[in-house]
Amino acid sequence: MTAMWDNIQLLIEAPLLTVQLVLDGLLIGAIFALAAYGMALVWGVTNIINIVQGEFVMLGGFVTYQLVQWGISPFLGIPIAAAVLFVIGYLIYRTVIFRVANQDLFISLLATFGLSILFQQLMNQIWSGNVQSVDPGLGTWFLFEYTVTIGQIKVLAFAVAAVIAVLLTLFLKRSRLGQAIRATAQNPQAARVLGIDTDRVYAATYAINAALCGAAGALVVMAYTVHPYAGLPYTVRSFMIVITAGLGNLPGVIAAGLGLGAAEGVASYILGAEFRVAFVFGLLVLILVVRNGLLARERKYLK
Amino acid sequence: MSPARDTVLMSAIAVFAIAAPLVFPDFRTQIAMLWIMVLFAQTWDVMGGQMGYNSFGNIVFFGIGVYASAVVQRDWNLDYFAGLGAGMIVGAAVAVVAAAVMGFLILRMRGHYFAIATLGLGIAAGEIAGGWEYVGAGSGMTTPLYPGTIDGRNLFFAYLFFALAAITFLILKWLYGTRFGLTINAIRDNEDKAEAMGLRTGVFKSFAWSVSAIFLGLCGGAIGNLIGFVDPRDVAFAGPTFGVWMVLMAILGGKGTLWGPVLGAVLFHITQEMTWTYLLGWQRVALGLLIVVIVVFFPLGILGWARERWPHRFGHKVETS
Repeated sequence: MTAMWDNIQLLIEAPLLTVQLVLDGLLIGAIFALAAYGMALVWGVTNIINIVQGEFVMLGGFVTYQLVQWGISPFLGIPIAAAVLFVIGYLIYRTVIFRVANQDLFISLLATFGLSILFQQLMNQIWSGNVQSVDPGLGTWFLFEYTVTIGQIKVLAFAVAAVIAVLLTLFLKRSRLGQAIRATAQNPQAARVLGIDTDRVYAATYAINAALCGAAGALVVMAYTVHPYAGLPYTVRSFMIVITAGLGNLPGVIAAGLGLGAAEGVASYILGAEFRVAFVFGLLVLILVVRNGLLARERKYLK
Repeated sequence: MSPARDTVLMSAIAVFAIAAPLVFPDFRTQIAMLWIMVLFAQTWDVMGGQMGYNSFGNIVFFGIGVYASAVVQRDWNLDYFAGLGAGMIVGAAVAVVAAAVMGFLILRMRGHYFAIATLGLGIAAGEIAGGWEYVGAGSGMTTPLYPGTIDGRNLFFAYLFFALAAITFLILKWLYGTRFGLTINAIRDNEDKAEAMGLRTGVFKSFAWSVSAIFLGLCGGAIGNLIGFVDPRDVAFAGPTFGVWMVLMAILGGKGTLWGPVLGAVLFHITQEMTWTYLLGWQRVALGLLIVVIVVFFPLGILGWARERWPHRFGHKVETS
């Protein structure tokens, strides 16, 4: 407890430290928002809460790591990881997800949870249980006379995440498939009547989400680290961002993602880095309780 | 099932439970673990099967029991059995308090929100215990040594955990036959209607979770002494193993049935004991696959499927048209 107060005092006395923490948090927050955008897409269209989301992110990171081992530039990892994950996502949809898509939500929750355990261990078997990272060979910027540092790769990751989000939004607005996806999300029956192959739309949506996570993972492995068992926190962050922002609310997702990143950065400094994951999961419970508590006043509950 | 068959089955299990540790002295620890698994599946089914509240976080109560008991045995200076007994009681008490408090906040959520909130709770609890110096942080705690031979110790725990599982079974069997059982089934089938009928759903939900918690707390209070040490993520708040297994076992056997969780736990535990060592490194791959296969192709479970197939044997009246 005293260590906690000391840390808070330190933050007040050295505002630049706070700037550093918040800045780092905002930069990683963009990646959280990207994964959350994908989760919202799948949730909105297929009505599945994809627990394997975080493992897709980690897998994207490991694909990029493998490419670097083979001497390929990590930046090429972004499109390649996205492509690989697109295929994996499509295969998973065709083997497992389509069977649980229109069933009780707990069934799909548990099925994707099972997939998540499976992928964790598969990654552990293939790439061993070490924390992995890739050096993209970029430098560091210094601000405020060397007190605040920014890794250039983190800024680049932020920018790439933003570009991907814009491209995806354009794709959903303009392209034929994007329109079909939105139509299916609004009313699958009507979409079917109008000749949309909704099963194909579901498969495409799930695969696009996986590709999104793959790209996010490539950014994570360059700017941060990946680990076979570190996926679940990403899933939970995505989930938290989506329930805070609501489905189909891109500005909300971005704001919540950046906010979560900053809050996490400051909290893990105050509480100590060993409590970072505890903070993420504790915050999840807190957000759910508060949101549900507000609804309970009107005798409603989260649906 | 009919009362007569229940009695026969229960007696057979009791005979097996008393004889098995004597006949197979080498497998006493595995037999003790078997009863722990049976208890896990039963306590999960109170919420998940009978009440329709699928919890990923029941492991929290188990972990609370583990730690409360370990702290009691460390700090109270009692001899071995008094310490163990006190630890189990304190563990159960703290777990019930936790269930009541958390139930008040979390049981208002429904469906998948409840499931995900409890998932968050389970992992947060493990992470907090893993960073908390008072309970040994990441390196965990050790429990006192059993005052006797290893064989005697294993026999003692095989019987202790059987007693716990049996008491859990009998109390749940009785509870399911009372108004409580009807009410939680009503909550599962349609909570809004149950509430409109004037049932105090909030009280019953909290009570159901407390029933789960008390037995998990008792069981957790003793498991530290069986294993010999307490680890935050591998023993106490072992979400990826115990926490997932309890859900899987209940579903495998047939959730929402009295015998389903027992059957599921026995099948799972035996399969696991026979194959686990050969699957070195691939265990969790197999577990993940098993979850997906059971959930996708066999969501009713064995007894759930049997009940659909032969409803009259389960005391359901069948209208033939």
